This record gives sequence, C-alpha cells and structure tokens, in this order.
Amino acid sequence: MSINIATGADQGITVNRFTETAIVRRKKLAEFFARGVFLLMTLLMIVPLILIVGYLFYKAAPILSFDFIFSNPARGMRAGGIWAALLGTIYLVVISLVIAAPIGVMAAVYLNEYAKDNWFTRIINLAVVNLAGVPSIVHALFGLGAFVLFAGMGRSILAASLTLAIMTLPVIIASTKEALGAVPAAFREACWNVGATRWQTIRGIVLPNSVSGILTGIILQVSRAAGETAPIMFTGAVFYKAIEEGNVFAYGLLDQCMALSMHLFTISTQVPGVPEALPFGTAVVLLGTVLLVNAVAIVLRVYLRSRKRW
Amino acid sequence: MPSSVKKVEIQNLKVQYGNKEALKGISLDIYENEILGVIGPAQSGKTTMLKTINRTIDFTVDATVAGTVKVDGVDVRSVKNIFELRRKVGMVFPLPVGLPLSIYDNVAFAPRAAGMRDKNRLNELVERCLKQAALWDEVKDRLNSLGTKLSGGQQQRLTIARALSHEPEILCLDEFSIAVDPVTTMRIEDVLKELRSKMTIILVTNLVQQARRLADRTAFILNGELVEIDSNDVIFSDKPARKITFDYVNGNFG
Repeated sequence: MSINIATGADQGITVNRFTETAIVRRKKLAEFFARGVFLLMTLLMIVPLILIVGYLFYKAAPILSFDFIFSNPARGMRAGGIWAALLGTIYLVVISLVIAAPIGVMAAVYLNEYAKDNWFTRIINLAVVNLAGVPSIVHALFGLGAFVLFAGMGRSILAASLTLAIMTLPVIIASTKEALGAVPAAFREACWNVGATRWQTIRGIVLPNSVSGILTGIILQVSRAAGETAPIMFTGAVFYKAIEEGNVFAYGLLDQCMALSMHLFTISTQVPGVPEALPFGTAVVLLGTVLLVNAVAIVLRVYLRSRKRW
Repeated sequence: MPSSVKKVEIQNLKVQYGNKEALKGISLDIYENEILGVIGPAQSGKTTMLKTINRTIDFTVDATVAGTVKVDGVDVRSVKNIFELRRKVGMVFPLPVGLPLSIYDNVAFAPRAAGMRDKNRLNELVERCLKQAALWDEVKDRLNSLGTKLSGGQQQRLTIARALSHEPEILCLDEFSIAVDPVTTMRIEDVLKELRSKMTIILVTNLVQQARRLADRTAFILNGELVEIDSNDVIFSDKPARKITFDYVNGNFG
C-alpha cells in the first residue's frame, strides 16, 4: 500500500508507509543495543553468584555431612563440626526477630496509619531512615555500652539478640511502612465513611492486604541478622563454647554462644593449621541457612500474592 | 414526600484547602425525605460540602472549616460519637470502591463494625441492601466471591449497598453515575426514587437532566458560592431567579 505523506505529496512523491527507512533502522539498532546492554548487566550479576556458590560447595564437599552439622568443634577448632555455632546463630536470629518484628510492625502501623504529618513524626521518620544507615560496628558499640555494661546483662545471647534487634528494627519499620502504603487510600476512606474506626479499618482491610509485604520485609532481615559478625562479637558471641550435641535447648538466655559468622571469621583468620575444608563447610552452612530462609520468604510471597484481592 | 422538618442545616459554611477557598460561605437547608439535587461545574465545592456533613473533611490535613453544619439540629462539630454520625450519613463517591473482601463482607462490613454479630440479622440486612441497590439478582449465587472482581457498574451498586448497610437517614451521592453505563444509571435512579420515602437524599451531579428527573429541589453552586436553590419547577423553568442559572441549566454557560 502506498500513501502520500504530507510533505511528499507536495513534491509528488509517493512513499510506502511500511518500508524500512533510515529512521526505522536506527530505532531498531538502538533497541538491539539497549536490550543487549541490560541483558549483559543482568548476566554479570548472576555469574559471580554461581561462581561463589559453586566454589564454596566444591571446596566444602569433603567435609559436608550430618556429622559436621551436629557435632561441636574439636581439637582446638581444627576438626569436628559446627553444631554450637549453628545453634547459636539460630538463637540469636530468632530471639532478635521476636523482639524486633512486633515492635517494628506496630511502630510502622502507627507512623503510617495514625500519625499526623507534623515535626514530631518527621523527626521520627528521619531517625528511622538514618538508623537504618548506621554501620553495624556502631550498633555493636551501643549494644556493649547499653546492654552488656549498663543493663548488666553481661556478654550473653540476650544482649547480642537485643543488639541485632536494634540493628534490624529501622529496616523492618521502613519495609512495613512501604507495604502498608501500598494499600490504596480509597479503601481506608471507604471504611471511614461507613463509620469504622481506624483500628477496625487496619484490622479488617489494611493488615490482611499488606501482610505479604510485611512478612517479606521481616524475613529478609533474618539473613542480615544471621550474617553480621560485628554486633555480636562485642555482646555475646565467643570463640569457643562446647554444648550438648543434638540438644536444641542447650543454650540459656544469659549464656554466651558461638555463632556461624563469628566462627567463620575465627577459623579462617585466628587459628593456624585449620584444614581448608572447615571454613568452607561453615560458609556453606551459613549460606544454606540464609538461602533456606529466603526461599521461605519467596514461597510465602508468591502464595500471598496469588491471593491478592484487587 | 418532603416534610418541613430540617434534616441538614448549613449556615455560612466556609472551607479552605490551604490558601485556596473551596466554599465561600454557603447557607442552605435540606428537608427530611426530599431529594436535593446539587449542580454546578467541576471545582465549585460540591464534594467539599458533602464531606463537611459526615466530617470526613477531617481527614484532609490542610482543610479548615468555618460556619456550622447541623444534622437533626445538632452541630456536627460538637458530635462526640463521630462514628454514629457517619453511620447516619451514607456516602457514595464517583469512583466505585469495592473493598478487597467478598461481596457479602463488603455489605456486612459496616454493621459488623457497629457491633452486629447475629448471623440471621446480617444475612437479612445484606440481602435487603443488595436488593435495594438492584444488585441482588446478579450476585445472589456468588456472595462469597470478591467484590473487587465485579464490573465497574456492579461495584458502584455494591458501594451503594454498603452505604445503605448502616441504615443511614441521609444518603449523599457524589456523581455516582460517572463510572456507570446508562442502563445501570437508570436502574440506580429508580432505586433512589424508591428510597425517597425512607431517607433524605443529596444528589450531587454533573448531569443537569439527572437533577431534573430526580430532585424535588435543586441547588446551583458556582465557585464555592450558592447561586440559587429552589424547587425544580422554578430552577428548570424559563424564569429562575438568576439568569446565570437559566444559562447553566440550558447549556449556554461560559
């Protein structure tokens, strides 16, 4: 099909509208390059991940076994497993989240649903953002001063968990606020218009429709709490502590504990003559724990999103 | 039929959003069991007026309200139980909002929030409201499916059913037919004619003909000021009090 385009018609030229002109070729080229560059960057991100995981597993393969997971370190940490460290990490993460998650979620509900926009809430919001950016070693010093020394908890699981809780709290608040904010304001107004209180609105509409985002935000903090070394090093984690093998209640709240991140640091840098597979095995278990939790987060998100109701 | 009892009294109502005046001191009375049509171009303050009646204007942070609005002779500013006031006033806004709940729960939300727990009474109420909103026949077999999955016109009728679920004495409709097809609009208009005997209705509308069809009296609001309020016989006659009303009603405006 041929048509006269406006300028062409004046000069009596007929142009086929569907021919590939120079402009079209340039557009196609730009499209090709844009897609290529973005794809390349995406692949660049995946490659190191695969390399890291593959390398870790390759190096750790000789030592990985049930025995490795369920037995304490032995012979000055040059043999044995990582039971005490794994259980310590689980204690620290679970207790810190039990403390941080309810406080964080409720604070976020207040900030997002109740608080008026005034200087006070603005200061709180600013504090949340800034606190989220404080380096973990600073949290560690705060935990040492506030919990270990001032509150008299000593170096203990409780003090370390509280320190981790303080560290994860602002991020949980921020992610929860984000999730609450994603619920359309029209829903709230509709509820208020029929005489519902704010709390009835939150309980009936806002929370059920933001719970997937809230949970995702919390669970992602698990990996952060599990991986941090600095905040627990000063406040409760120790180089070595033997506990009863296979007993999940082996630690008490005021005990000191071992932790995977700290253990990895110790055996890779502080102890001479550690067989190479040992730190790699520890790293694989740490990574596996974190990935397991993240997988739970992903499954949960997919499930809850499939129930999304608008 | 309209009585001579004043249901809503608005006296010298002024509303500002920041520095912008939305209502510049309007006064009008709305009588029990009448349909009051409110017409006027966009941005003239019609919605703002509705929001002052059930005090949802409180949720607009930068709004300042002066003057008085009385419902049943009581200044809404002095109402202690704001939730009861909002139940007394049903609100339907231009865009339908189905809550992310089942159709049943959408209608049962308000009575439940008010403390109604009895299953049989709830069932009865839900059925009655859905019937009043002319939606029952279409949804009676799927009350448990999501309200948000209904079509736009159905969602608007669901919104009306929800507004009726707290048994309001005053029903405010703010351009309810904007997102609704003409057939549904006519069905809802029929519903309103039936409801007239039971409640006071304030019908804000962009469609002059809609006010003409339904209202007993019509108020013409322009730029935050009340131009004229009178019975439809006068407003839609050849000789309303102000010429500008005649021009607007007949489309010779601007």
